Amino acid sequence: MNLIRIYGLFLRHFYLITRSFPRILDLIYWPTIQITLWGFISNFFATYSTYYNNAVGIILTCAILYDFLFRTSIGFNMLFLEEIWSRNFTNLFISPMRISEIITSLVGTALIRALIGLVPAILLTSPLFGISILNLGISLFFLFLSLYIFGITLGILVSAGLLRFGPSFENIAWSTMFLIAPFGCIYYPVDILPNFFQKIAYAMPLVYVFEEARRILVDQTLNIENLYKAFLLNTVYLIVAISLFYYSFNQARKKGTLINIGE
Amino acid sequence: MNYLVEVKNLKKNYSSKEAVKDVSFNIKENEILGLLGPNGSGKTTTIGMLLGLLKPSGGEIKIDNMIFEKDRIEILNKINFISPYIELPKKLTVKQNLTVYGKLYDIKNLKERIDYLTEKLRLKELLNRITGELSSGQKNRASLAKALINNPKVLFLDEPTASLDPEIGDFVRSFLENYKKENKISILLASHNMSEVNRLCKSVLMMKNGAIIDKGSPQFLIEKHGRKNLEEVFLKLSRSENEFN
Repeated sequence: MNLIRIYGLFLRHFYLITRSFPRILDLIYWPTIQITLWGFISNFFATYSTYYNNAVGIILTCAILYDFLFRTSIGFNMLFLEEIWSRNFTNLFISPMRISEIITSLVGTALIRALIGLVPAILLTSPLFGISILNLGISLFFLFLSLYIFGITLGILVSAGLLRFGPSFENIAWSTMFLIAPFGCIYYPVDILPNFFQKIAYAMPLVYVFEEARRILVDQTLNIENLYKAFLLNTVYLIVAISLFYYSFNQARKKGTLINIGE
Repeated sequence: MNYLVEVKNLKKNYSSKEAVKDVSFNIKENEILGLLGPNGSGKTTTIGMLLGLLKPSGGEIKIDNMIFEKDRIEILNKINFISPYIELPKKLTVKQNLTVYGKLYDIKNLKERIDYLTEKLRLKELLNRITGELSSGQKNRASLAKALINNPKVLFLDEPTASLDPEIGDFVRSFLENYKKENKISILLASHNMSEVNRLCKSVLMMKNGAIIDKGSPQFLIEKHGRKNLEEVFLKLSRSENEFN
């Protein structure tokens, strides 16, 4: 064993981490997010153990909805990352594709990717657990649509970061969904969050989607206002994300990131 | 004189560093212009601006009488690029890659175009092979087919024969010579292979520290600097402190 060589390899990764803010951020927030998310879930079940009559059904339904959101967002990022990993990024950006065409193409492809994962999950829950997400009725379409738009929005935001900062932003791409999960109130009602966190939660469309899903399953009632709020917020965030993507592209052209993004 | 590429006072600054300083040159139709210079001399930055990957800090690029920053998409339809530092997606077959890029460039008779290029570039037998499994020479020819898929008016070549064996390198150079003659395209060739530049280029630009420090035909530069060949001229100019015309 050569300690110098061992130290050398350690230095290689140490330099990499200390030169990249996204990598440092990645190290810090993973444990924080995990503890926060599961802390709220535990807290909720400890306090309201009789709240749900059909806890498994609700959790599984919300898990499927969340997975669709996760796959949509990650799917979009994956398509972008594939071009970086395969060193094909330059070929893509010297082709006469407009930014709007790139976004539209990735949005459509991400939907297909998400559906490929979603359909088997929906089909499996019925025979395995006697639960069907289709119990959400016609509202299910609007819940999925809302999650799809938000997933795409997150995907565009992360891709904007990849464009501007290059592959060091990759870890953020993987963990965005976990970062926002505690505020999305996927597995517990928004009331369980501390007041300040509730304000953050209400600023995102997720809380309205998951609150509505639980309301339909528990009370069999629909509050259309929640869906409106989700769509309104989605529209705002989508416009911001697309604008940021254009801004990042222009910045990348100024800073030279497009030239050496594969490195 | 009708130029296909017109570059006027091109500049690129990064913070306080001037990567490209007031570079001007033109490329005629059916001309191969060589771009020489040591590493870090500004060649890649210049090509990056000509491809629209970098926004110039100053100056103007006109291609086929269109201004790049105004007609970026129209210009990108008429140009293409090959470099050993960028690759085609490895998991796709050669045919799939050419089809994808044919679609991105919206080529109307794509099947005929692929047939023509694969015939000329000896790729017929490789069409259904996975690109990542090809040899360096085969990948290079597949990339060249991609670079010509849109029948470009201007082709930018960055070290097009780097890492190729002499036979394949010679094949690529002969192919480029013939293709240029048949299609009257303009080519900007950045290369460190002086015999390649000598063979292909009628005119050469020498870059150093972001500026053009000399230009002319290879023979003119050899005679002007009193050297035996272009490689010696390159070494002289690269090692000199500040030598202008």
